[in-house]
Formats: sequence, structure tokens, C-alpha cells
Amino acid sequence: MSAPSFKARELSPIVVLADGETPAFKEGDAVKVMTREPIGHYRVPLYLRGKSGVVAGVIHPMAVDNEEEAYGRNAGSKGYYYRVAFPLGQVWPGYVGGPTDTLLIEVFQTWLERA
Amino acid sequence: MAHDHPHEPIGQDGMPGYYDLMQQAVTELLVERGLFGADEIRRQIEVLDSRNPALGAKVVAKAWIDQAFKQRLLADGRKACEELGISFYDDTQLIVLENTETVHNLIVCTLCSCYPRPVLGLPPDWYKLKPYRARAVAEPRAVLAEFGTVIADDVEIRVSDSTAIVRYLVLPRKPDGAEHLSEDELAALVTRDTMIGVALIDPPGDLRS
Repeated sequence: MSAPSFKARELSPIVVLADGETPAFKEGDAVKVMTREPIGHYRVPLYLRGKSGVVAGVIHPMAVDNEEEAYGRNAGSKGYYYRVAFPLGQVWPGYVGGPTDTLLIEVFQTWLERA
Repeated sequence: MAHDHPHEPIGQDGMPGYYDLMQQAVTELLVERGLFGADEIRRQIEVLDSRNPALGAKVVAKAWIDQAFKQRLLADGRKACEELGISFYDDTQLIVLENTETVHNLIVCTLCSCYPRPVLGLPPDWYKLKPYRARAVAEPRAVLAEFGTVIADDVEIRVSDSTAIVRYLVLPRKPDGAEHLSEDELAALVTRDTMIGVALIDPPGDLRS
């Protein structure tokens, strides 16, 4: 599946990233949302856990992990959010709509693995 | 006009609820410890209440008539809105989603009520309620049809679920027959629901309302 093209805040080409600041995934990479059941504050909806999608873009700049921020733990938790695209027909068995209908969501790096 | 409609007296006569008390207590503690002042809280509420869909409409109209602005808006929604004097007080990014002949965008927050507040103000009640939040991601075409918006099967629906640091604004399609309109007249065609993606822009001169 090809990710729908979209424009996001893009990083200036003159920026040189420090160690640890290079995004793990790039546009077009196949990723899978991990299946975890954290207690407390989370930002990845249940309906997408364990689903596979394609990175539609890297969101710049790096940002605090909202799930840690909820508890005031901001130090050191900056990372990348990725805009990830999922075919709606794969998210919902029996989905009624066009074959290219898509769900897009931003997911923090701690929830994604390479598919 | 005479006040002739019946209703309960407007007032807060009941006891405050658990969360009302909690909010009041936390506010008082924060003010007491000097983390911020009561005037800053008041000012922030004033800022929140000052935003409304007319701001978003101004952004859309400008994008329709100014190609260079539109490109900047699609590249960095927040920065382009700031060009028009719309500040982002909530530290969110803005991705602007362009509707085309082949793509129709819809926004939702399945977890709560994330919404592009700096450009649209507070979300409508239905946006925050569970039926919309649950159904927009599962059967967007049925939801759209209930809003009177029927999208052709060969047009791709893209639902953006906004749950973390990014907010989304739909850039609706400019209707046919709007070529002669000024920027202000174009802005008047743009409604809140068209920027959420549940409605399409009515052509100018449509007298249905």
C-alpha cells in the first residue's frame, strides 16, 4: 500500500541532527502499532493496537511524549511522532466504503515497530 | 423583545460537584504559590473564548486566492496562520489537509476533543460526544451522509484521528462560480463544518438558507 502524500512541517535542509535525533522511520516505511495495555494515560486508541500501517510522514520538531507529560515527566522524553496511514478496510473487517479510504493518526515512537 | 419564554432561573444554586471543587482547589493552590496569577487565568480564558471559525475561514479564503500562501499553509499550517496574526497558545502543530477532486478529509479525536482551537475556537458538542468519535473512524461515509454530505465512492476518504500534538484543519474545495468573489466574500462561504470535513461548501448565491 502506498501512503497518501501529505505535507507536514518540514525540517529545513540546513539542519544537522545531533546523535539520537535521527528519526527511526521515514515516509513509506511499514510499521506496526504495538499491542500494549498500559494503565493510566495513553494516546494510542485501542482500535489501532496491533494494526499495520505505513509512515506518511515524520512530524518535526521532536516533541515530548504526551503519555509521560501527563505525569509531569517531561525530561528526556522528547522523540518523534509519526503520521501513520492505515487502510480503513484493514482496520475494520466489513468496512463499507472505497478501497482507498484511509485512517491517519500521529503515533509516538515508543508505540511503533518495523512491520 | 419581551422575555416571554419559560425556563428555570439561570443561576448556580446547587452544590458544586467533585470536579468543580477539585478545579477550584487546584486553581487556588497554584495562585497561592505564585505559579501564576488570577489575572493570567482570566486572560487565558478570554483568549480561548476569542477564537471562532471566522479565523479559519479567513485562512481558507486566503489560500484560495493566493497560491504561494496555500503552499506555505500546506507546508506548515501553524506558521502560515501566524502570518495572518493567529497565534498558537497551546503549543500544538497544525497540519492543513487539502480536499481535492479525489480526496475528502475528515477530522475527529477518538480519545477526547482535540480540535484546532486556535483557528476554529471551541469544538461543537457533537464533536466531543461518543457517537461521532466512535463512528467517524469506523463508518465515515455513513456519518457524512447523516450530515447531508454524500461523497462519491471513487473519492478517497481520509479520516485524521487527532490524539497527540498535532491538530488538523480541512482546506475545503473552492466551489464553482466563485471566481469573481473577493477574499471577504469567499471567507463568508466557509463554515465551521466544512473545515472539520463534515460538510462541503455551498456554491455562492445558493439561496437554500
